Amino acid sequence: MGHVSRIASFLPALGAVAPAFAQDAPARYNLQTPVTSIAQQINDMHTWLMVICLVIFIGVFGVMFWAVFNHRKSKGAVAAHFHENTVVEIAWTIIPILILLGMAWPATRTVIDMKDTSNPDITVKATGYQWKWGYDYLQGEGEGVRFFSSMSTPRDQIEGGAPKGEAYLLEVDKPLVVPVGKKVRMLLTANDVIHSWWVPAFGVKQDAIPGFIRDAWFLAEKEGVFRGNCAELCGRDHGFMPIEVHVVSAERYAQWVAEQQAGMSAGTAAAVSVTPEDGAPAGVGARGLDVGLNVAAVADGKT
Amino acid sequence: MAAVTHDQLQGHQHGQSGLMRWITTTNHKDIGTLYMFFSFFMFLSGGVMALTIRAELFQPGLQVVQPEFFNQLTTMHGLVMVFGAIMPAFVGFANWMIPLMIGASDMAFARMNNWSFWLLPPAAILLLGSFFVPGGAAAAGWTMYAPLSVQMGMGMDLAIFAIHIMGISSIMGAINIVVTVLNMRAPGMTMMKMPMFCWTWLITAYLLIAVMPVLAGAVTMILTDRHFGTSFFNAAGGGDPVMYQHIFWFFGHPEVYIMILPAFGIVSQIIPAFARKPLFGYASMVYAVAAIAILSFAVWAHHMFATGMPAAGQLFFMYATMLIAVPTGVKVFNWVATMWRGSLSFETPMLWAVGFIFVFTIGGFTGLICAIAPIDIQVQDTYYVVAHFHYVLVAGSLFALFAGAYYWLPKWTGHMPSEFLGKLHFWCSLVFFNITFFPMHFLGLAGMPRRIPDYALQFADFNALISIGAFGFGLSQLIFLVAVIKCIRGGERAAARSWEGAEGLEWTVPSPAPHHTFEEAPVLR
Repeated sequence: MGHVSRIASFLPALGAVAPAFAQDAPARYNLQTPVTSIAQQINDMHTWLMVICLVIFIGVFGVMFWAVFNHRKSKGAVAAHFHENTVVEIAWTIIPILILLGMAWPATRTVIDMKDTSNPDITVKATGYQWKWGYDYLQGEGEGVRFFSSMSTPRDQIEGGAPKGEAYLLEVDKPLVVPVGKKVRMLLTANDVIHSWWVPAFGVKQDAIPGFIRDAWFLAEKEGVFRGNCAELCGRDHGFMPIEVHVVSAERYAQWVAEQQAGMSAGTAAAVSVTPEDGAPAGVGARGLDVGLNVAAVADGKT
Repeated sequence: MAAVTHDQLQGHQHGQSGLMRWITTTNHKDIGTLYMFFSFFMFLSGGVMALTIRAELFQPGLQVVQPEFFNQLTTMHGLVMVFGAIMPAFVGFANWMIPLMIGASDMAFARMNNWSFWLLPPAAILLLGSFFVPGGAAAAGWTMYAPLSVQMGMGMDLAIFAIHIMGISSIMGAINIVVTVLNMRAPGMTMMKMPMFCWTWLITAYLLIAVMPVLAGAVTMILTDRHFGTSFFNAAGGGDPVMYQHIFWFFGHPEVYIMILPAFGIVSQIIPAFARKPLFGYASMVYAVAAIAILSFAVWAHHMFATGMPAAGQLFFMYATMLIAVPTGVKVFNWVATMWRGSLSFETPMLWAVGFIFVFTIGGFTGLICAIAPIDIQVQDTYYVVAHFHYVLVAGSLFALFAGAYYWLPKWTGHMPSEFLGKLHFWCSLVFFNITFFPMHFLGLAGMPRRIPDYALQFADFNALISIGAFGFGLSQLIFLVAVIKCIRGGERAAARSWEGAEGLEWTVPSPAPHHTFEEAPVLR
């Protein structure tokens, strides 16, 4: 990653290719500001590839448009008769292969990094439901905490009855909370159809597949609120099951865990508090979670 | 080479007239025409769906359609455009042009040819009619991923049967093309003298024969999972939802080359004609097409990087996918080299062909970006991917189809198409295409998922712009309709060789091509 960003920083043209937008405003033209090393590697790689593509693009179409403007019949151009040239043809086969090798090298290292989910500080299982997420803290600080997380944007805002809020469609009733600087391993599964858990700032997108468990990891280097969406078509409300992650300090996290555990020990209070807005009875939500766990347990045995 | 009798010059065709002529025809030109009118009708239907989608996405919030119907629209737009518009249009071109290009009197299996076309209208009725059944049309995306597709109403069953029927049609069409090209070439036309369009279609036909049965298998498994208690894609019964994706994309990736290789062929006919210079690197073009076709079988899982496969799997599919850039690059370089030091003129077909190279290459580059597995993790299932495949399917396949239509319209109708309308159509399409699809790259990078009926506020400006561009692009296509109707009804008489630099056997028969051509095979030196 080091050499990529070094080379990239030498290119003043980069500013025009990938403008660095204000850190706090939501991204509009480019990938979201990364807060993990993986997302940073992806950003650098993307910038680097854009530069290579742009150079090739200008080269190839420079030649083509030169011909378009200068080799016109109306300007008296007479057609040459050449129709092959072995040396040129071999050259433009070999050179692209070399360029591709240059691209594959950093990508390979990132792929291997992304797959290294070993030694997490905290493990959280996320379960996709139509249409909300369930989170279970399985290991590490906060073990045993479990809750649902549904979109909290009111129906009124969607249907135009009320002005839309700042985090329109990207806000949830109970966000996922994780401590800053800790490696979090996410286990992904689903209860009904395939969903996909995606937080762009973390560089994590992992499908949640019913009956199977897949994993991904992130280590957020910055506190803040990071938002994402379900990224796999999952039916009617696919567009309305956002992901909101709060990255907080270690102390704040400990405090949050204590609050959750106090709430959990007060019986089914937690399940009641995450009743979906559409008025489904609390019991349905709680049962849904249990079913999800059973399915996941079966799958765990298989894999 | 004058293989035209007096009878043919009069344009006589025998047998029934009126509607029965078209239903019973076994003539490759009639069937080609039917294919093209069918595909244009489907193109407009799919276009109306696209514009309804864009109307909903014009501003944040739900205004025009509800999410259920929105998902039906995105699904049906994909299915209709892929199976109803782009593929039949290319088969129409193959029917009309391959016999003319290789000096054959007709396609090898004339009756099967009739059948493979007439399977399509019932399939289209099933597909479009499914909007009106309880529960509406299929809404699981054109990819129909299980288990979502197992949840759907009867619209999904209709879509599955439509796919079966269209698949049978495609396989029969492909067999016909393979047999025609391999057996019915005029004496002296060796394989390596064949026009590029025939080469690309020969290879495409093999791809079709190889993968359409795979798709049929995948959707049949969905059907039995839905109704007959099987558990192919249900983990509770020992199945695996991801297996569906493997099977689907084993079809799906060759499928995208099925839709682009004949486009390469059309462009390879047009560029030399208007550069007045032979195609550069003919042999390497053939090898490049073959290489793309073979590689297309080994890259399918790049559509599935986010499903979570082992690192070795991701790396294999990433490397294989990147490799496709090499033969694709060779093709672009060859086209540019063909233009280099030519004697260029820019009639409508050439404008479309050059536009194709320019805009398709942008789609090629974004394809390379998507091939890089870690970057794909970020852009998978976002508008970036939507931008990418519309750059290759609209600016790629569709632009090439328009290029080919303007190029061969004189041969089909006997009249030159209006240069004014053709150029207007081109420039409107090019500008509105880019207004529509270029900003989608930004949306995808910034994090807007695809297939959502509503979006976060930071995406509002680009979406409004995209919707305006989409309506402009949609309306521009009506110019094509006018240009074609005008060309059929009259216009400047087209000579046998309608374009100054055009080469090939099709330009040795009169324009319009008589009902029967090459009853006696022409002899090539």
